[in-house]
Amino acid sequence: MTSTVSMTVNGKQVSAECEGRTLLVQYLREKLALTGTHVGCDTSQCGACVVHVDGISVKSCTMLAHQAEGCDVVTIEGLADGDTLHPMQEAFRENHALQCGFCTPGMVMSAIDMVNRHDTLDEKTVRHQLEGNLCRCTGYHNIVKAILAAHPVMKGTA
Amino acid sequence: MPEGGIGASVKRKEDFRFLTGRGAYTDDEVRAGQLHAHMLRSPHGHAALGSVDTSKAEAAPGVVCVLTGPDADADGLGGLPCGWGITSKDGTPMVEPKWPVIAQGKVRYVGEIVATVIAETAEQAADAAELVEVDYRPLDAAAVTETAHRDGAAQIHEEAPNNLCFDWDFPGEEAAEAVDAAFEAAAHTARLELVNQRIIPHSMEPRAAVAEYDKGEEKLTLYCTAQAAHAMRLLLGAFVLNQPEHKFRVVAPDVGGGFGSKVAPYAEYAIICWASRKLERPVRWLGQRTECFVTDAHGRDHVTEVELALDAEGKFTGLRVNTVANMGAYLSAFAPLIPTFLYATLFAGQYTTPAISCNVKAVFTNTSPVDALRGAGRPEATYLLERVIDEAARATGIDPVEIRKRNFIAADAFPYQTPVALLYDSGSYERALDIALEKSDWNGFAARRSASEADGKLRGIGIAAPIEATGAAPSAIAGQLGARAGLYESAQVRFNATGTVTVFAGTHNHGQGHETTFAQLVTDKLGVPLENVEVVEGDTDRAVMGMGTYGSRSLSVGGSAIDRAMDKIIDKGKKIASHLLEASVDDIEFDSGTFTVSGTDRTISIGEVAFAAYVPHNYPLEELEPGLDEQAFFDPVNFNFPFASYVCEVEVDPETGSVSVERFTAVDDVGNIVNPMIVEGQVHGGLAHGIGQALMEGAVFDENGQPLTGSLMDYTLPRADTVPSFDLDHTVTPCPMNPLGAKGVGEIGAIGAPPAVVNAVVDALRSHGVNHIDMPVTSESVWQALQSAKAS
Ligand code: FES
Ligand code: FES
Repeated sequence: MTSTVSMTVNGKQVSAECEGRTLLVQYLREKLALTGTHVGCDTSQCGACVVHVDGISVKSCTMLAHQAEGCDVVTIEGLADGDTLHPMQEAFRENHALQCGFCTPGMVMSAIDMVNRHDTLDEKTVRHQLEGNLCRCTGYHNIVKAILAAHPVMKGTA
Repeated sequence: MPEGGIGASVKRKEDFRFLTGRGAYTDDEVRAGQLHAHMLRSPHGHAALGSVDTSKAEAAPGVVCVLTGPDADADGLGGLPCGWGITSKDGTPMVEPKWPVIAQGKVRYVGEIVATVIAETAEQAADAAELVEVDYRPLDAAAVTETAHRDGAAQIHEEAPNNLCFDWDFPGEEAAEAVDAAFEAAAHTARLELVNQRIIPHSMEPRAAVAEYDKGEEKLTLYCTAQAAHAMRLLLGAFVLNQPEHKFRVVAPDVGGGFGSKVAPYAEYAIICWASRKLERPVRWLGQRTECFVTDAHGRDHVTEVELALDAEGKFTGLRVNTVANMGAYLSAFAPLIPTFLYATLFAGQYTTPAISCNVKAVFTNTSPVDALRGAGRPEATYLLERVIDEAARATGIDPVEIRKRNFIAADAFPYQTPVALLYDSGSYERALDIALEKSDWNGFAARRSASEADGKLRGIGIAAPIEATGAAPSAIAGQLGARAGLYESAQVRFNATGTVTVFAGTHNHGQGHETTFAQLVTDKLGVPLENVEVVEGDTDRAVMGMGTYGSRSLSVGGSAIDRAMDKIIDKGKKIASHLLEASVDDIEFDSGTFTVSGTDRTISIGEVAFAAYVPHNYPLEELEPGLDEQAFFDPVNFNFPFASYVCEVEVDPETGSVSVERFTAVDDVGNIVNPMIVEGQVHGGLAHGIGQALMEGAVFDENGQPLTGSLMDYTLPRADTVPSFDLDHTVTPCPMNPLGAKGVGEIGAIGAPPAVVNAVVDALRSHGVNHIDMPVTSESVWQALQSAKAS
């Protein structure tokens, strides 16, 4: 049994046929070929699949595509403006906050939401807030640095 | 000279694609007409395998075929090969049972494949797999490392009595006698029994593969999550699939971390290649995380007794090690190498211990196969050594810093021949330790401890001084020690006609930043701007040959191959320049991208020379071929030996047993550094990996071989809030064994962190009578240790 699911992804209206059990992450990767969003686990713990749904970070493996019907979804592909990176992407690059790049899309999406939700950030808060995102490469050191560096830029206080 | 040469922390060339969702990982490869494979896996640790009835599954919607062990036999598939042979102390070769790609007759670990369903969609394949009827008769299992070789343990392979794979003595009888003598004469001895627990690699990208067979060309293409594409091609093609090397292309595209677990050829890859060849359609497989938990090759899993003999001054005089190493149910590609030559050869550490001997018994168990994992053998060696040294410090009453300093190999003693085969290249151990002590404010520790105590907490500080043998090579030595492959690296450096450069390298980048670091080598030596250099890796049809990336070898071996190829480019460029500048070739000098007739201002750029090489209108065609494209193989004469000094400080809550790492100082020496930013990142990652092993990670099986830590719900990985920020520094002692002076950096953090952390924890608990605690040091184990110390 399939039916049509429509939503806005990275500012574009999209629709695709999918099964009731299709996850949002599958919809993005398989139906829309937006392969920047990754699948790192099957227990909703790694955060490689984080996207924004109506402005809030969501693990797209924990949500059915149908549940996102009519929503405004932003993925890692929707952040940069041409060659100009989003300040969080730029901070990750500047601070070497990525190695293999697999956790990176989810990390960046979570980090942007974190900054949006906090007027101020310190190391302890960043580390705590990152609990839902796993990285096996960087030891988190530079990811924390990058988020702390992006915060004032995004807030316009840099 | 353009910017971005050796020594510059340039930002990575590969980052733009990863940061914008443009990375191209294996599972992103989509093929028209592709089929999906689902692996049906054994739920038993040990069981006789009766009939596998696939009829219902075959009739299910979308199913194209179901493959079983007998099908693999009928089609002539070989078993998964092992790349290293070890000889037991009695001269017999190790026991090497066949590892069929799909189980036959018996299943020997949870997760072993019993059938593969191929269907039009992944969901259909998974649904149909539930319809396969498998007749299992559960058998007693041998799943515990320590007891698997004892009499009475269930036997896993017919050809391996007592589940013994090999029983290995090193370096030999004479050394064992020297060690015995050292213990007889010892003024002090220290002894520990310790477990280096099994850990799961958990690269964030699950293993995946896509196979496509082109019948017209008789050519098989495999995209897969691999660290060594050429080795994968050789091992799968020659041993399993009987697919000729020239008709087999393996591509390892962007790979989301490896840590050693993506080197070995895996059954799933062989099966989908075989299926694609059979069905003439592309076939893909994506590992679910829970599958990867039981089928990615695990790491470590040693049970060890270590003894250290010391003279009255605290000088180490002898070291004796007895280890049981768990191989898992079958021999993964490099499994036998890890608890032997990557392990016992490191027992000297940074010290002058004159007599060392060991025995290693490798056992089969009903658990997932074990192979290389970040450090592979060297973490196990460093852990036992740095732990027993702290125990010796306690036994002798000598300070842990002082006892290490009394035993360090002196900076002027290099090259240094250890009693365990290796010839160390260079080092300056005391200097690194002094810097680490200074940076960690070692002297201020007492005050911090008092402050913690006032807060009801225990505080401890620990040191580890790891050494590592990296740059896997040299081929000749490796061959003598049992390697079944060469261990050189190859590279091709190609000038394009318009002056840009493409480097084809046999290594593979799965996070290490090769696209940037290798380009920096070219910028530095040939003067070509960084943006005009492209590095190509991980494709057997593009890179000439290669052994891949593992064992922290890429820069020192692969980078050196690039350097050699560039030497050839310069040599040829000089000949072309001498023609164009009408001077003798002996008078041509090259520097920073420019050829000059020495002593004159007559110059020509390497870009112009490249253009002339490809548009040879004015060119010495009688003497010289056109083109500027050179290839080199580099096979170093020795390993290289990075080293470090780490200081870890922990706080323990005696009420709950919880441990927090408060400070971690790391001073590494990895020889010459090309990109300091990338090198620091490698150290950070390694340290977090090591802290993970020390404090939280551990794969647990019950006595039937059932994994009890089969998902992220039960297996704890380090998270941002369970590791600290790191305080890093480095010294530079160049490696004399390669033209770059570089040593490896990818693993040292994971090697040195576990003993540093555990030494700190034991230091914190010492006042309560605890002298050893096994990893992972969880709040539960600390609490238990405190309670039992109290009770005794
Ligand atoms: S894929 Fe791991 S949390 Fe979604
Ligand atoms: S960069 Fe590899 S998992 Fe985070």
